[in-house]
Amino acid sequence: MTTPIPEQARPKLARKVRLRFDRHSNAHWLLYPERGMKLSASAASIAALCTGAKTLQQIVDELHAGAPGASREQIAQDVQQFLRALRDRSLLEPL
Amino acid sequence: MESPASDRYRPLTLVAKLTYRCPLRCLYCSNPVERSGATSPELTQPHWEGVLSDAESLGVVQVHFTGGEPLLRPDLEGLVAHARGLGLYSSLITSGLGLARERLQQLAAAGLDHVQVSIQGMSDADGVQIAGRAGLPQKLRVMEWVRALELPLTINVVLHRHNIDQIPQLIDLAERLGAERLELANAQYLGWALANREYLLPDDAQIERARDQANAARERLRGRMELLFVLPDYHAGVVRACMSGWASRYIVVSPDGMVLPCHQAHALPGLAFERVTERSLTAIWRDNPGLERFRGESWMADPCRSCERRSQDFGGCRCQAFQLTGRMDATDPACKLAPDHDLILRARDRARAAPDARVQLRYRRVPREPAAR
Repeated sequence: MTTPIPEQARPKLARKVRLRFDRHSNAHWLLYPERGMKLSASAASIAALCTGAKTLQQIVDELHAGAPGASREQIAQDVQQFLRALRDRSLLEPL
Repeated sequence: MESPASDRYRPLTLVAKLTYRCPLRCLYCSNPVERSGATSPELTQPHWEGVLSDAESLGVVQVHFTGGEPLLRPDLEGLVAHARGLGLYSSLITSGLGLARERLQQLAAAGLDHVQVSIQGMSDADGVQIAGRAGLPQKLRVMEWVRALELPLTINVVLHRHNIDQIPQLIDLAERLGAERLELANAQYLGWALANREYLLPDDAQIERARDQANAARERLRGRMELLFVLPDYHAGVVRACMSGWASRYIVVSPDGMVLPCHQAHALPGLAFERVTERSLTAIWRDNPGLERFRGESWMADPCRSCERRSQDFGGCRCQAFQLTGRMDATDPACKLAPDHDLILRARDRARAAPDARVQLRYRRVPREPAAR
């Protein structure tokens, strides 16, 4: 299932998912039933914006504003890829 | 605070077995066979709070409150709140029997993250035969409350010969209830399940059908509901990565405080496990000889020692090796490369040949009251 996530979708972490900073690995993790997923710093900053309040477009804009040197296109691509991975693991609320 | 264990043996999940008491007596119960009637003193709430805190400092991020039936502990709410205060992700693993809506509400308010309710099959008759008791309507009510309180729901079904053909209906039920996850867990033939294996083990055709049904449904449900089905080790020819490796990612603490690598290891001879009432969990995890015994790969003999899969399956299940061969360091017989693999093949042959064997069922006797501590 690799259909893209639409620009206007408002991604939100599924309610079974909790974002937690882990002091042992100095990284953020997504926790969900019986599992955990260690996130890279960039993945963690995406996950933190998945509250259901912002559209995908706004999330990309916000990340771009925080890293003006990076290409917006590249950021958009990274966000798509990460969110699709979350969706395919049922870690996003249905869009 | 003590420093966390090295990442290699960083535990991630604490399995808190709060009690052996249970309203059910499932034919595949993972609780001890030899201690079924005994009532050793259960840990107190302060003990458990210490265990939770120590586990978190070792690196644990998940806690499963289980048993027996964890609802029989009146201090469950307090333990959930303590876990939440530590930032742990907490799951309640329950039969749902005896649970009132108000109590579930209190558990949710205390910070419970996730509820897993088990059912024995699609009918009350399944419950009576397998668990000695009906109760499906209550379980269904509990699942509806879980949904209404917006708690994530896992439905767990232990699969065996007499319910594995119900998979399509079980999937329908899980969809209808809006479960986040459906865990179709093939019975693991250890302890009570091994004692009742003749009755429980599905035949090869059932397993194949189940696998196809589960795979098709998993694709259809992707992104909506997580469906877990793993080919059972008896039929896979490869072994389970039991507990993700011995005393590596999981800490199991028994109701009386014994620190174990899994649900069955207390039955292994000569391994000196310790209780948290004697030494701290942190110290026990670091150097208890029982936990050290099968850590890593140095204990392995061939064919494991030179096998490419050893870093994925960790040499399989020590308890299965012991319970089937009498030698706990034997190759897990479920592996097709194991010298004792014919023990598995013969059990499968019997399952094929004797569909309705009138076998003697062995039910667990369940302790009623906790002993006073």
